[in-house]
Amino acid sequence: MQLAEQIRQARNKKDILLMTHLVLGYPSFAVNREVIHQMVGNGVDVIELQIPFSEPMADGPMIIKANQEAIASGTKVADCLAFAAEMAAQYDIPFLFMTYYNILFKYGLKSFLTKAKEIGIRGFIVPDLPPEEGEEYLRLTKELDLAPIQIFAPTSTEARMRTLAEHGAGFIYCVARRGVTGSKTEFDASFDAYLARCRKATDLPLAVGFGISSRADVQILTGKADLAVIGTATIRLVEEKGPEAVGPFIAGLRG
Amino acid sequence: MNKPGYFGQWGGAYIPEVLYETFQELKEVYTKAKADPTFWQEYVDLMGSYSCRPTPLTLADNLSRHFGGAQIFIKREDLNHTGAHKANNVMGQGLLVKRMGKTRVIAETGAGQHGVACATMAAKFGFACTIYMGEEDMHRQRPNVFWMEKLGATVVPVTTGSRTLKDAINEAFRDWVSNMDTTHYVMGTVCGPHPFPEMVAWFQSIIGLEARKQILAAHGKLPARVYACVGGGSNAMGIFQGFLGDPEVELIGVEAGGKGLDTGQHAARLASKDASPGVAQGYKTMFLQDSDGQMRDTHSVAAGLDYIGVSPLLTDLWEKKRVRFSAATDQEVMAALDLTIKKEGIIPALESSHAFVQAFKEAGELSRDQAIIINQSGRGDKDIFTIAHAFDDPSWKEFIRKKGEEYAAR
Repeated sequence: MQLAEQIRQARNKKDILLMTHLVLGYPSFAVNREVIHQMVGNGVDVIELQIPFSEPMADGPMIIKANQEAIASGTKVADCLAFAAEMAAQYDIPFLFMTYYNILFKYGLKSFLTKAKEIGIRGFIVPDLPPEEGEEYLRLTKELDLAPIQIFAPTSTEARMRTLAEHGAGFIYCVARRGVTGSKTEFDASFDAYLARCRKATDLPLAVGFGISSRADVQILTGKADLAVIGTATIRLVEEKGPEAVGPFIAGLRG
Repeated sequence: MNKPGYFGQWGGAYIPEVLYETFQELKEVYTKAKADPTFWQEYVDLMGSYSCRPTPLTLADNLSRHFGGAQIFIKREDLNHTGAHKANNVMGQGLLVKRMGKTRVIAETGAGQHGVACATMAAKFGFACTIYMGEEDMHRQRPNVFWMEKLGATVVPVTTGSRTLKDAINEAFRDWVSNMDTTHYVMGTVCGPHPFPEMVAWFQSIIGLEARKQILAAHGKLPARVYACVGGGSNAMGIFQGFLGDPEVELIGVEAGGKGLDTGQHAARLASKDASPGVAQGYKTMFLQDSDGQMRDTHSVAAGLDYIGVSPLLTDLWEKKRVRFSAATDQEVMAALDLTIKKEGIIPALESSHAFVQAFKEAGELSRDQAIIINQSGRGDKDIFTIAHAFDDPSWKEFIRKKGEEYAAR
């Protein structure tokens, strides 16, 4: 089943879906394994696995640090692929790769996408690859039935949103505000207007991320978005309270 | 490939979606300015009244005699206001910022030259200004930090990654994705996403336009060779553009050889075998990176050359064999700097001294009726702390020690 259809079906059973994120190799694959176990056990619907990159241009301080330390402690792309294969085989939810384009480019775009498909990855979020630069990526992901997740931003015009949506599959990642990952988002009237524009531009499910960190945030998004994306919040939680705190946190975000 | 923003297979605009409209606006204002002859005249006039343009082309007759070969000419970008060719780019972008109606500028800086130039432009045009500078570079170039602050800029130390130029670029982008409505990112070199490489090269082309006229007037014919140091590549692209249409003029880019190309501690992208194609910081070029695509640490005595990537325009010219690349080690740089000071009374910046190294190696191969031009991109006297340290000068160290005691006693 295609990712978008799978998300729609899951969404029919829940008011809002949760997508969580983690940086592979930070603080270790052992902790990643435990965190994912807790996430899936507490109802997370989609997981975004970030392959660390030395120049994470679109990320904020917390995720920059995670990227840097993962690389410093010896995390290789091959380790990330092996770990992702293990997770995708073990759990019955969609796993996506999030990373910067150089990781794919350097590995060889076609080899990387083929490998990702083989190990059960369902889609990609590549924040520095706009469709204008991603012709081959878009062609190959379609061929392989992988979802090239496209990103909407509050600065996107309606025309731009429609262009992006044409290239997208799976769902649209709506960046909730300007800036980088990890700081607070204000959900005001202009945010509602932005989400309404997103909704108008595409039939694909909408995920909202950047600054989503609490049950209150998830409640605000319920009815407006299909997926709430929790990124920095769980990385910070693991850092402060350990992986065992992730389960109760996730369970408390909904219901 | 004729895709806009590409030079051969290099360049492009690998930007986060949130900046899409910002880049559309920038491309539009740049395209309009380029098509408008009054804009270029406004730029040339401004550089004439504010930054000593045209900068002289100096015949270095003592050095020419010393090497006994080609007549050595030096293009004096060091005589720009703020002491480097960086002034050309920032004043040009400043005029575009006025056209866009933005009120704040941000920039990355390595050696601090671009930061000082940008803070100067912001002071003159009345813009708010924030400069991102790697923490390590702030220590290396403290006097430039002092001047940026005096000029009214906020200097933000960058503590991520290797704490150098590439990390300052990442931080500047992170600021920009939050504040693009009011803010323009004044990229300091011919790198980054389209239209920056092409746009910055356009402003810097003023160097080559002048140099070509000047060498024809002084020497009666074109030079045999033109040398320029290459960090990001803006001074090199600036002077090379004056001679790209003259196949008889050989163009030589000189990169930072650091502790030697075989040590891995250098910043030579095109002169070494260590770089490979990659995409980072918004563009595709040859990067110093590992087999996973993670960027490596680079090393140079010159902070302004200490960078992982290189202009897509230069990578294309290298691939097409129009520009030849070589590298100068830290040690060779200090020797060339010393010789230039002693023989000509001219103090090139550590960055610029890389170009002098290669010119000195080759001057003797040429005959006396041939000329070469070295682009002296910046002046070294304002980098006194770095240069005195690099020379390991005993009386300077004594002075600093005494100054330190004096401040400590207060």
